[in-house]
Amino acid sequence: MDYMLKSLKVAIWFMFLTFPVVVIKVNTIENVVIWRWHNMFYMGISIFFVSMVWRYFLQRKEMSGKKEKTDEKTFTQSIMENPVMFKSVSGGILAVLCVLPFITDSYQINILTVALMYIVLGLGLNIVVGLAGLLDLGFVAFYAVGAYTYALLNHHFGLSFWIVLPIGGSLAAIFGILLGFPVLRLRGDYLAIVTLGFGEIIRLVLENWNDFSMGPSGIANIDRPTFFGMDLTLNQSTIYIYFLMILFTIFTIFFVNRLQNSRIGRAWLALREDETACQAMGVGKTRTKLMAFALGAAWAGLMGVVFAAKTTFINPASFTFLESAIILSVVVLGGMGSIPGVILGALIMILLPEYLRAFSEYRMLVFGGAMVVMMVFRPQGLVSNFRRKYSFHSADTDGRFGR
Amino acid sequence: MEGLVDNMEHILDVKGLTMDFGGLRAVDSVDLYVDKQEIVALIGPNGAGKTTFFNCITGIYNPSQGDIRALTHSGAVARLNGLKPNRVTERGLARTFQNIRLFPTMTVLENVMIGKHCRMKAKVLGALFRDKKTRAEELKAANESYDILEKIGLANVCDEQACNLPYGDQRKLEIARAMATEPSILLLDEPAAGMNPQETVELTDLIRQIRNEENISILLIEHDMKLVMNLSERIYVMDHGQKIAEGTPIEIRNNPEVIKAYLGEDMDA
Repeated sequence: MDYMLKSLKVAIWFMFLTFPVVVIKVNTIENVVIWRWHNMFYMGISIFFVSMVWRYFLQRKEMSGKKEKTDEKTFTQSIMENPVMFKSVSGGILAVLCVLPFITDSYQINILTVALMYIVLGLGLNIVVGLAGLLDLGFVAFYAVGAYTYALLNHHFGLSFWIVLPIGGSLAAIFGILLGFPVLRLRGDYLAIVTLGFGEIIRLVLENWNDFSMGPSGIANIDRPTFFGMDLTLNQSTIYIYFLMILFTIFTIFFVNRLQNSRIGRAWLALREDETACQAMGVGKTRTKLMAFALGAAWAGLMGVVFAAKTTFINPASFTFLESAIILSVVVLGGMGSIPGVILGALIMILLPEYLRAFSEYRMLVFGGAMVVMMVFRPQGLVSNFRRKYSFHSADTDGRFGR
Repeated sequence: MEGLVDNMEHILDVKGLTMDFGGLRAVDSVDLYVDKQEIVALIGPNGAGKTTFFNCITGIYNPSQGDIRALTHSGAVARLNGLKPNRVTERGLARTFQNIRLFPTMTVLENVMIGKHCRMKAKVLGALFRDKKTRAEELKAANESYDILEKIGLANVCDEQACNLPYGDQRKLEIARAMATEPSILLLDEPAAGMNPQETVELTDLIRQIRNEENISILLIEHDMKLVMNLSERIYVMDHGQKIAEGTPIEIRNNPEVIKAYLGEDMDA
C-alpha cells in the first residue's frame, strides 16, 4: 500500500513535470493551442506502473541482499565449469558463426565483424579496467594509433596488412607505456581524467597535423588484407575479414583467459584490490601497471589495423571520446573482469542498436535508461566474475590449471 | 647496495632512523636490531611513531636519515633505504598491516599466492603458452600456499573469498600471506588488535610456532601488554618518536621512563 501511495505521488509529479511537453501543443500557423489531455493520462498511468515495478525489483534486490551467499551457481558459471557443456556450447556458437556468411548477406556479416571487433576491444580494455582496476577513458587513442599506423605505412610505403599488424600492435603498446609512466601514481578519478586527456590529445594531433596525418580529411584507399597474395573482391574480402576476426576473437579470449589465471593476472587483481598491500607483498607496482597498459593497448592497436583495413578509409572522427565510452560501456555492462560478460556486453551494445534501427531516435534514451537500471540492480555487470579454484597436492597434477 | 660485508650478526639492524614530515619529526634517530630467531616487540602510546617506523623499514616511506640493513637469505647484507616496498619484500622482510589490508574479493588461497609472487618468474609468454616450467611453478606456488594455510589453520576455507572470513581469521590470513613471501623477518603491526582473549592466546601460540618451526624472526607492534610480555624476548619502547627504553620484559615493566610515558607524570614527583 505504501508503494501504491508513493507511486501515485511519482505519477502525479511526472504528469505535472511533463505537462508543457506532452499536453500543450501550439499550432503557430493558426495561432491556436491544442490541449492533449489524454497524453497526460497515459503518462500518469505508465509512470505509475513503471514506479511500481521499479520498487518491486528494488525491494526484491534488498531481500536477496540480506540472504546473501546462497551457494547457488549462476547459469554461466555452471556452463563454464562443466567441460562438456562448455565445449559443446562454444563449439555450437563457433559452428553457427562459420556457417553464417554463406546463408546471409554481407550487411549481416559486416555488423557481426564490428561486434567481434568490439569484443576484442572490450577484452583489451578489460585487462586495464576490469583486471588491473585502472579506469581508462582514453582507450580509443590506442585504437587510433593502430589504425593510423596501418593507414600511413600503407599509404607511403605500401606495406601490407600482415606486416603492419604486429607493428601496429607494438606501437600501440609503446604508446600504452608512454601513457602509463606519468599516471603511475594516479588512481580513480584522477587517472580517468588524465587518460581522457591523452585520448583527446591523440585525436587532436591527428586532426591538426596535416602534413603527417592529412588532417580531418583522413586517409582513403587503404588496401584490404590480401589472402596469400591474392586480391579479393569486396564481397570475398568482407567474408575474409569476418573469419579473421573470428580467429582473432578466439585467440584473444584464449590469451586473456590464460593471462588472468596466471601470476600476472593475480598481481593485477591484487593491484585493483589494494595497491599498498599488493606492493608490500612483493608485487612491483610499476611493472604490473605498465604491463596492463601495454597489453590492453596492444589489443586496441591490432583492432585499429583491422579497422583501417576493413573500412579502407579513416579520419579522426572515428576516434572520438564517444568511442571510448562505448568500449567502456561494453566492459561495465557485461561485467568487469569477466570474459563471457564482456562478450555479452559487446553483442548487446553493438548488435541491438543495429537491429533496432527503427527506434534509433530513442537510442540514447534507452541507452541511458539501461545504464541507470544496470547500476541500481546489477552494479557488477550482467555476468559477474567468479574466482577459480586451484588444485594442489590432490590427484591430478596437470589438471585444472588448463581450464 | 648488497654485499657490504661487515659481518652482521643481526638479521635486521636499524641505526639512527629519522623520519620528518615537513616540520614534524615522527621518528627521531631510533636504533633497533633483531637477531636471528628472536621475537622483539615495539611498544609505545598511540602516536609514538611505531607504525611510521615500520613504514620506513618496509619502504612505504623513504626515511630522512639513518641506515637500515638486513641479512638476506643468501647471507649478504642489503641496505634497504629508499628501496620500493616490493624490493624490500624480496630481500626478506614481510609485514602485516594495522588495519587489515587483504584482497577482499580474491580467494583465501589466492591471497596467499600473491605473497608467492616475488618468488615466481612466469612472464607473459609463460602465461600464454603455459609451458612445463610455468605449470610446475604455479602448482608449486599453490601447494606451498596451501601448506602455509594448513599450518595457520585456514586450509578448510581456502576457496572462500577473503572478505567473507571472520575478523580473527582475516588477521591470520594476513600473517599467512606475509609468510608466503618467504621472509627472514616478519613485521606484525598490531596483530592482536580487535581480538578477544581466546583468539589472542591462539595468536600468541601461532607466532611462537612460526618462530620455532619456520626459523623466522619477528618484530611486532602491539598494545596488548599480556601478549607482549608473554611473547617477546626483548622490548623497545617509543614515545614522541624517540626510543625511551629497551630491554627484557621484566626490565621494561620496572622502567620508570616507560611508566611515565604510559601513565603520565607521577603526582608526587
